[in-house]
Amino acid sequence: MASKALHIVFTDDDILMEAVKALREKKIKINEVFCPFPVHGLDKALGIPHTRLAITSFLYGIVGLSVSIWLMNFIMIEDWPQNIGGKPSFSFIENMPSFVPIMFEMTVFFAAHLMVITFYMRSRLWPFKEAENPDVRSTDDKFVMEIIVNDDNIQDIAELVHENGASEIKLIENK
Amino acid sequence: MYTMSSKLKSFSLILIALGAIGLIYSFIAAPSSIEEVQDMLHSSHELHAGDHASVESTVALDEAAHEDNHAEHLFHQLQNKPWAALYVPVIFIFLISVGVFVFYALQNASQAGWSPVLFRVMEGISSYMVPGGILVYVLLVLSSLHLNHMFVWMDPEVVAHDEIIQNKTGYLNTPFFLLRAALYIGGWILFSKLMIKNSRKMDEGFDLRLHKRNFKLSAGFLVFFIVTESMMSWDWIMSIDTHWFSTLFGWFVLASILVTGVTTIALVTIYLKGKGYLEYVNDSHIHDLAKFMMGFSIFWAYLWFSQFVLIWYANIPEEVTYYASRFQDYPLLLFGTLILNWVLPMLILINTDFKRINWIVTFAGIIILIGHYINFYVMIMPGTVGDAWFIGIPEVSALLLVIGLFIYTVFNALSKAPLTVKNGAYLEESKHFHY
Repeated sequence: MASKALHIVFTDDDILMEAVKALREKKIKINEVFCPFPVHGLDKALGIPHTRLAITSFLYGIVGLSVSIWLMNFIMIEDWPQNIGGKPSFSFIENMPSFVPIMFEMTVFFAAHLMVITFYMRSRLWPFKEAENPDVRSTDDKFVMEIIVNDDNIQDIAELVHENGASEIKLIENK
Repeated sequence: MYTMSSKLKSFSLILIALGAIGLIYSFIAAPSSIEEVQDMLHSSHELHAGDHASVESTVALDEAAHEDNHAEHLFHQLQNKPWAALYVPVIFIFLISVGVFVFYALQNASQAGWSPVLFRVMEGISSYMVPGGILVYVLLVLSSLHLNHMFVWMDPEVVAHDEIIQNKTGYLNTPFFLLRAALYIGGWILFSKLMIKNSRKMDEGFDLRLHKRNFKLSAGFLVFFIVTESMMSWDWIMSIDTHWFSTLFGWFVLASILVTGVTTIALVTIYLKGKGYLEYVNDSHIHDLAKFMMGFSIFWAYLWFSQFVLIWYANIPEEVTYYASRFQDYPLLLFGTLILNWVLPMLILINTDFKRINWIVTFAGIIILIGHYINFYVMIMPGTVGDAWFIGIPEVSALLLVIGLFIYTVFNALSKAPLTVKNGAYLEESKHFHY
């Protein structure tokens, strides 16, 4: 489906935020914003739902804790029973204090690494991936906003963003 | 301006009165002579008298001597009991107010932008340092006058037969002990008075010199505090178990002080906000306090475990006694603190949204405060009353007395100045703080 998009360039993150708020007030859907750095509060202003990454991190932590408990029980108690701190009890629960540091580290390890991998998958990032941002200046010091438009509202939107401090407005014809 | 409601005032006075009555009763009820304890023991022994009927006379003699020894030991423990019951809440709640002031100094020294709307709450709570410090000092002086036997190293008879304590008398002797205590309490109160005075002066008009002075004072206080806090924890708590020592004990107590301090700030803030004061405080401020509550709870558990695991693993007799006595006589309280101070706060406050809901933060805060009272209880009681502990009239009434005094002092101090500072370098940022 052929569509048209506006690429609007801003030079300052405060002006960008104001423009986003003005557009959202008029119920205009903003497709994407490309920024050289994370802008505080932009996700809320754009109406993007809160990330669920924290919940996955908690679940991965529980996985890590379980793996470490299984692992310590297997290698220190079952497979090759060890004499721990001069207390040869060969019982997991009685030797548990000495496993706590490992349990803690494995929890952190699983939570951190799996969360990063989840983040890459969710953002569709992988090595040698080609950049998606339409304007290379958005990796330097400019903020680029993308809005899908049609022939009816193109003029209104362009005027609105112009009033709200856009420094450049470009019309892109998508195939 | 805040005014203390007459309801709250009478509530705190009732707490003080109830606590005082209960405490006077417990001092009277404590056995005043060894004979009394022997009578107590005999009356309970008569229940099993039948079992001993056939015991030979020599054994019976031995047993009688042993019993006398036991009675004397128990007598000292029961005599200590009301003192220790009072000592626990007195230093616990004094250290809460110190913890609040430390947090206040941290905010000043780190030039934090989120917290200035809470400064007056922190100043109000730290005002308890004066009556609290006096109470602590009076108790320490009374102990050094041998009115109780909480600190065994103060007893010259014990020291004469104890080589380990003899080696420590260069540091652990009564005059130096009292001098140090005066230095800690006096120093902390002096810093708090100076900083609060500057903060009140700032209300008359913004002055960069006052801001800088408070910055320097808070930095100086934090250095002074971390040294004196560590020594305070050896003196007031660790020296009760005179033979035992732990090199991270100061940190362990510090974690307790900080988490209860931040919790108290959150509880007082939520109370005042509920009464319609503190217009600029929003749920983002509560959120930040709750983050600190959860973070410091985990920090406390980390230190608890660090202290425990090395002693457990190394299994050296003179170190292990500390935990052995607690495992034997205080297992429920010892492991209860881990649940109250670590598991529950962590699980309740781990969710971002929950940190912004006042009643959940209050609920978690009350759990933390109870847990840390028990933490102090488990640090102090085994060395003073041993296995003769129970949480009864002396403990509860002493706690009520000190809480009543705390509420009265703090809310009285809060009504002395506007609840939000009028000027401050970061005040605007704090008013618009949002997460």
